[in-house]
Amino acid sequence: MENVLEVKDLVVRYDTDDGIVRAINGISFSIGRERTLGLVGETGAGKTTTALSILNLVPDPPGVISSGSIILDGKEILEMGEKELEHMRGNDVAMIFQDPMTALNPVITVGEQIAESVMLHEKLTKEKAMERAKEMLELVGISGSRAYDYPHQLSGGMKQRVVIAIALACHPSLLIADEPTTALDVTIQAQVLALIKELIDNNHMSMLMITHDLGVVAEVCDDVAVMYAGRIVEIGTADEVFNHTLHPYTEGLFDSLPNLRQRGEELIPIKGLMPDPMHLPEGCSFSPRCPYATEECHRALPELKLVNGTHYVACGRYADPSFRIRRNPDGK
Amino acid sequence: MFRYILKRIIILIPTLLATSLLIFWAMDLAGGDPVDQILPENATYEQKDALREEMGLNDPFFIRYFRYIGGILKGDMGESYITHRDVFQTFMGRLNMTLLLGGSALIFACIISIPLGIYTALHQNTWKDTAAMIVALFGVSMPNFWLGLMLILLFSLKLGWLPSGGTGGFQYLILPSVTVGLGLAALLTRTTRSAMLDVLRQDYMTTAKAKGASRNRVIYNHGLRNAIIPIITAIGMQFSYVMTGSALAETVFGWPGIGRLVVDSINKRDTPMVTGSIILCCVLMAVINLAVDIIYAFCDPRIKAQYSGKG
Repeated sequence: MENVLEVKDLVVRYDTDDGIVRAINGISFSIGRERTLGLVGETGAGKTTTALSILNLVPDPPGVISSGSIILDGKEILEMGEKELEHMRGNDVAMIFQDPMTALNPVITVGEQIAESVMLHEKLTKEKAMERAKEMLELVGISGSRAYDYPHQLSGGMKQRVVIAIALACHPSLLIADEPTTALDVTIQAQVLALIKELIDNNHMSMLMITHDLGVVAEVCDDVAVMYAGRIVEIGTADEVFNHTLHPYTEGLFDSLPNLRQRGEELIPIKGLMPDPMHLPEGCSFSPRCPYATEECHRALPELKLVNGTHYVACGRYADPSFRIRRNPDGK
Repeated sequence: MFRYILKRIIILIPTLLATSLLIFWAMDLAGGDPVDQILPENATYEQKDALREEMGLNDPFFIRYFRYIGGILKGDMGESYITHRDVFQTFMGRLNMTLLLGGSALIFACIISIPLGIYTALHQNTWKDTAAMIVALFGVSMPNFWLGLMLILLFSLKLGWLPSGGTGGFQYLILPSVTVGLGLAALLTRTTRSAMLDVLRQDYMTTAKAKGASRNRVIYNHGLRNAIIPIITAIGMQFSYVMTGSALAETVFGWPGIGRLVVDSINKRDTPMVTGSIILCCVLMAVINLAVDIIYAFCDPRIKAQYSGKG
């Protein structure tokens, strides 16, 4: 299967005055054509840094992409010059940001903000670009006449639709959605999610969906990667990760979800906090919080190993062939 | 928008009344007798008293004040005790010189400060930034009468490149504008830097970069359009500084503007001239503030919406 995006051994750190923040510590994943990968993890796991790395937009300083490779449609992004990067951004890869309240420029009309991306990449005249902007607005469910409105005149949900319109204006092959529904009301969340899914399917695009919401993953993703402290701990198809969970952290995420069918049931939160990325523990980063951890887990860093099919897990306990987590007693 | 402007003009009236009362009162307290300035030194007491009576100076304070206000309402700001010229016309005659000086000082300040402010913001916490900020600190701290004298010393006396004072061609404008503008430039550099730093951190800047906009386009089209709003505020607020700065620079450079007119008139106890000039300065400030507010509305659609919302 041909991949749109291939990320290999990516390492990103932030050199701050207080020390080195190890945001991403060697992650690898790929996204196939017309497939959607969900990148799941807590705040601070390195999800947004991963997204910004793909656009080569990690704020520098303090951010440094120290090693690895990111190949988009066969081209290495980390070796592109400024001009090539500008051509790639918005045209081949586009991004939807988390907070639509701040992602739009307050002093420029939404129409112009959509038109800008078209003008930059397709060399259209301003009038033609504005026409396109209006079409894009209609496409995301906003009347074209609102093109002359400023962001403060739109509601939060409408702003996020505008952000989506900007991202899709040039028909990129890969869309990165960084928690696109987190800042929205629940009812609007479902609408926006449905809209993104529809547009992705209609335009035959691939997507990297970044979220901490497993419900969103179940809704839109074909594949899932679970991230913890800058590493991928489990990756596979949605079916594999949801129904044949292998990693104790993924299990913890599922246990933290309220279940509508068993409403009285107690939630089981994961104990403790994610380690400070400035002082990552030795061995497996999750071991201090892991109910299954052994002495060995605190010492050796587990590698991502193929278990079966396309399902990988990074957990040292599987060295013992009889090891099973509670959620998945069959271990398949 | 129109109603907003009208409202601002109506608010101006009590402000001007209060200012005029304050100035009139201050001039009264300051003492000194204009009659001494008008009549020759050997004038008799009777001659002086007769003149005082004739000019209405013996009347109580409030009678004199209301007579003055009544005159203004009829469009008559009185005439100078000394030159007997109409106050309004004298003021207007000097205004263009001050506006020329203030305007060129402002342009000089903007040309230096806005690019420098953007540059330092883009190089935050590097030695370039620190060096520029230290220079700016000197700029803010230097009193401009002293700066003016130093510039004269260097460029007029030592090097002989520029005239030390008076009016004429462009070369006469350079030293006074630099004197008034340098402090302003320093202040605006700091304002531009902090406004730009704030804007650079905003999410919409990342959105613009993610669209594929070039670095310059992101900085100028997306960044400066937002950063310009606090810069305009600073310029508007500093206009009073330009005016007072001009008064000093005008004295140092013998520039015939409003500042020198007021200083000279105070020295001569020319009450109608001082009071009239200061009231007109207030009007000028109010007009400038209003202009700044209107410019805001054009720069920031959110402010425009507020104006029309409030009516």
